[in-house]
Amino acid sequence: MQYLLLLHAEEAGFMNMTPEQQKQGMAAYMAYTEALNKAGALKGSNRLQPVATATTVRVVDGKTQVLDGPYADSKEQLGGYYLIDAPDLDAALSWAARCPGASHGIIEVRPVWAMGEPAPARA
Amino acid sequence: MVSTEGNEQARAATEEVARRSYGKLVAFLAARTCDVAAAEDALSEAFASALTDWPRNGCPRNPEAWLLTVARRKTIDMFRAAQRHPSSPDELELIDAALEAPGESEIPDERLAMVFACAHPSIDAATRAPLILQAILGLDATRIASAFLTSPAAMGKRLVRAKEKIRQAGIPFRVPGQDELPARLDTVLNAIYAAFSEGWTDPAGADAARRDLTDEALYLSRLVVSLLPQEPEALGLLALMLHAEARRRARRSSAGEFVPLAEQDQLLWDHAQIAEAESLLHRASSLRRIGRFQLEAAVQSAHVDRCRNGTANWSHVGELYDALFSLTGSPVVLINRSLAVAEVDGAAAGLAAMPDQTADPRLTEYQPYWAARSELLARTGAFQEARHANEIAIGLERDPAVRRFLERRRAALPD
Repeated sequence: MQYLLLLHAEEAGFMNMTPEQQKQGMAAYMAYTEALNKAGALKGSNRLQPVATATTVRVVDGKTQVLDGPYADSKEQLGGYYLIDAPDLDAALSWAARCPGASHGIIEVRPVWAMGEPAPARA
Repeated sequence: MVSTEGNEQARAATEEVARRSYGKLVAFLAARTCDVAAAEDALSEAFASALTDWPRNGCPRNPEAWLLTVARRKTIDMFRAAQRHPSSPDELELIDAALEAPGESEIPDERLAMVFACAHPSIDAATRAPLILQAILGLDATRIASAFLTSPAAMGKRLVRAKEKIRQAGIPFRVPGQDELPARLDTVLNAIYAAFSEGWTDPAGADAARRDLTDEALYLSRLVVSLLPQEPEALGLLALMLHAEARRRARRSSAGEFVPLAEQDQLLWDHAQIAEAESLLHRASSLRRIGRFQLEAAVQSAHVDRCRNGTANWSHVGELYDALFSLTGSPVVLINRSLAVAEVDGAAAGLAAMPDQTADPRLTEYQPYWAARSELLARTGAFQEARHANEIAIGLERDPAVRRFLERRRAALPD
C-alpha cells in the first residue's frame, strides 16, 4: 500500500536555528530520505516553500476566489511530504517515527486511495 | 421432508460451532481480506446456510471447515458483485486461494492477531473494546450499546467506521513483535478491562447484557493468557478480574442492598476463583516485570487476606497504591491510597493525602471521590462537611443500591 506522510511543523523553528543547526537538520532529512530509498520504500518526496508563499483558490457560484495565505491557519504548517510504499499501517507508522520531522513536529499518515477502489461504505 | 428433530439437532450443532468457532473463523477470513465487516457478513450467511443444509444432509464431519468453505465462496461473490476492494480478477483469485480451508489440519487460531488489530492505537480508544466484543464474540451493536450506555445507532456507526479504518488504513492482523509488544499489549488489556468494567457496573447481575460482558471479558483475558503465557500484565489482568468476580455474590445482600467489603459474608465468595487469581499473580510476579494490573490485583489480594485472616495490612496496601500512582499518575489511585493512609495514620492524614479537586475538575463528577471524602470528614468530626460531600456522592451515583447505602451512611451521621 502507499501512504502519504504529511510533515507539519512550526516554520519559525527552522528559521530561528543557527546555520550549523540548519545544516544538521538538513543532513538528518537527507539520511532519512536515503534510508527510504535504500529500502525501496520511497515513491516521492518534496519540501514546500513557507506558507507565506501560499495562495488558496476556490470557485463559488461560478466565480473564482483567490486568497492570500494557507488554507489552515494553525501553528504547525504543512512543510513537506513523503510518499512511501509500505506493507501495512504499522510499517508506515514506523517509517513516520523515524522521520526527523516527528521529533520537531507532527506527521500525519494517510493511506492513498488506490485507483479503482470504491468509496467506503457510509456509516 | 426434514424432521423437526433434525432441525433442532442442526440448530444445536450450529449454536455449538458458533460459540466455539465464531471468532476463529472471522479472524481467519478477516486476516486474509483485511475486511472485518465482509468476514462477518460472509460467516453469518454461512451459518444461515448451515441451518438449512445440516438438517437435510446431516451435520458435516468437520463443521468449521464446512462453514469456512461456504464463507469463502460468499466472500468472493460479495467482492465480485459489489466490486468491493479488492476487485481485480487477479486479486480475487489470490484471496480465494488464501481463504482455502487448510485441508484436514486445524484452522489456525488468529483471534489474538485480530484482537491486536481491533485495539490498534489508530482505532478510536472508546471503540476498541466494543470492536473486540463484536469481531471476536459476535455480539451485535444493540447489545454492546446497552452495555456501554450509548445508543445502538451511534454504536453501530462507530463500529462500521472502525472496520472501515482497519481495511482502508491497512491495519495489520498480527501479534506485534517483542519490541512493540509491551505498548501494544497495553491497549489490548485496557480494552478487555473496559469491557469487564462496563459489565461490572451492574453487580447484581440484573442486566443480562452487562453480566455477559464480564464473562466475555474473562474469556478474552483467558485467551490472551493462553496465547501469551509469559506476559505478566496479561496474567495480572486475569487475576484482577477473577478477584472482582469472586466477590460478586457477596456485594449485594439478599434484599439487594450494597454490602461493603468489610461486611461481606465470606461464605459467598468464590474461593476457587480467588485461589486461581492468587496463583496467576504468583506466576506473574515470578516474571519480574511489574505493571498496573498486577499491582491492582495485588491490592485485591491484600484485601482478601485482611478480611480472611484479620491481618492489619493497610500500610502494605498504601505501598501498593504508591507504586500504582508512580506508574499511572491517576487521581483515582490517590483517592484509594488516602483511604489506606487514613487506616494507618488517622483520618486527618487521609484527608490531607486526598487529591486536590480544584487541580483535576474531573473529580467533581467522580462519586468515589465524594464518598471517600465524606467518610474521612465524618471520622475527623466534621459532620457538616461530611454530610455535604455525602449528598454530592448520592447525586452522582447511578446504581440505586449504592445510593441507598450512601443514604444510610448519611442517616448515621450525628447532627
